[in-house]
Amino acid sequence: MKEPAPVTARLHGVSVAIENVTKTYELRDGGDLLALDRVDLTIAPGEFVSIVGPSGCGKSTLLSLVAGLVPVSTGKILIDGEEVRRPHAKVGVVFQTDLLLYWRSVMDNIMLPIEIKGWRRRDYLPRAARLLEQVGLAGFESKYPSELSGGMRQRTAICRALVQEPGLLLMDEPFGALDALTREQMIIDLQAMWLSVGSTVLFITHSIEEAVFLADRVLVMSPRPGRIDLDRTIEIPRPRSWRSRTDAKFIEYMSEIRGIFETRGVLKA
Amino acid sequence: MTAAGGQGVDDKQSRRKRNLVRAITETAAAPVLALIILAVWQVGVPLAGISDFILPTPWQILRRIVVDHRLMATHAGVTLLETLAGFALAAVTGVGTALMIFYSRLFERAIYPLLVALQTIPKVALAPLLVLYLGYGFAPKLFLAFLLAFFPIVIATVVGLNGLDKAMVNLVRSMGASEWQTFFKVRLPSALPSLFGGLKVGISLAVIGAVIGEYVAAERGLGYLQLQASSQFDTTLSFAAMIVIAALGVVTFWSLEALEKRAVFEREAAR
Repeated sequence: MKEPAPVTARLHGVSVAIENVTKTYELRDGGDLLALDRVDLTIAPGEFVSIVGPSGCGKSTLLSLVAGLVPVSTGKILIDGEEVRRPHAKVGVVFQTDLLLYWRSVMDNIMLPIEIKGWRRRDYLPRAARLLEQVGLAGFESKYPSELSGGMRQRTAICRALVQEPGLLLMDEPFGALDALTREQMIIDLQAMWLSVGSTVLFITHSIEEAVFLADRVLVMSPRPGRIDLDRTIEIPRPRSWRSRTDAKFIEYMSEIRGIFETRGVLKA
Repeated sequence: MTAAGGQGVDDKQSRRKRNLVRAITETAAAPVLALIILAVWQVGVPLAGISDFILPTPWQILRRIVVDHRLMATHAGVTLLETLAGFALAAVTGVGTALMIFYSRLFERAIYPLLVALQTIPKVALAPLLVLYLGYGFAPKLFLAFLLAFFPIVIATVVGLNGLDKAMVNLVRSMGASEWQTFFKVRLPSALPSLFGGLKVGISLAVIGAVIGEYVAAERGLGYLQLQASSQFDTTLSFAAMIVIAALGVVTFWSLEALEKRAVFEREAAR
């Protein structure tokens, strides 16, 4: 197998500490909705952590909190020891849909965070080109989003999140809107990407298989109010491939997580 | 070259030919239809024995425009100025109002019902009052043009601004964007197609507003000219003035469309 060329130097992955975080939303009828209930979690620098849970369990809320988009109700979130109060400069986010700006070319879309941060575009052009090459989009710099397939668009969105050299990559069901086959390939490619980039990754998904395949650690969240039910370290050597899925350990992890969903009533036998 | 390859080239050539024929037909469709209507009109009027006092032929109207082109141009200039001034005012205040509606919930609640109420008043009914308040000059025409153009610009801009996906705002905010940056990088560009839709409706209504103002009380302008012609039973001049009003509407609309082509990235263009 061809090893992808590393994208400049490996990044310094940041650590994340989520300490006793609760999130309540005020409802229009005056009531409160408890979305997250006393979540405690630490992520080591460079670690790949997946959170898997049913729809509405607050996993996306947790990601918004770490991204600094929404304030916590109680508790605190620390990135490299620094409390999150607003979006952190070292964090890149990939959402479920690619959210590319249709009036900008691929390269101009990737440069959006650089422009917003007021950094010099030309300092990041080489990095952007390397990232595009790595996701198989070399030569697509001046194409427009409407000329790309769904998978290519999401790859562009990943490059956009990585161009700013994030110490932490937050991914909110990034492959949820893609077709099954594209998704398979994206999972493999994301693993390769992560191995060469070195950022810490917090990956939200509702696919148990996706979570186990990608992560160093899988966290299982309970239905609302979201709480962490299981924290399982995945001991399958990297790089993982199609064959890892038939690995006895892989199957064991999958059924353990399914079992939790079953006892929680998310999955029924 | 293989036979199959030759076939491919032939296919390509015939396809290109087909596309060219289609392009020519589509471009020619409107002028041809217009010519047919004009021809029927031109031939039909004398055949039916209609006097040119009731309905002049297109040729007579055209001749009149050419002969009286100085007169036409003077009055058209006045109407154009009223239209553009009213439209410019409507564009600036309309977009401004839309921004306030978008950013302030209170303002939206306060102003929206009033706007809708204002919109349901027939503006023609306002014209005599405007003469009373603003006199016979430039002001009431400008104001009517403004009044007609204002509403569609506000609505289209608000719709455009509201159309943005909340996730898109979260994306740029996660990059550390200020509201200022969010507005210029994302909100405004994504609202532009809708905004231009409102401006185009607005400018055609501004022409109508200016002409209505001239109908009521004026000493200059195409509406005034047309009214004068009608009162003197000069039907040909009346038609000529009407044609020039229509031309004014088309030209201003096209100018705006040309501007839109430069400012707005067409989604389809890249397909």
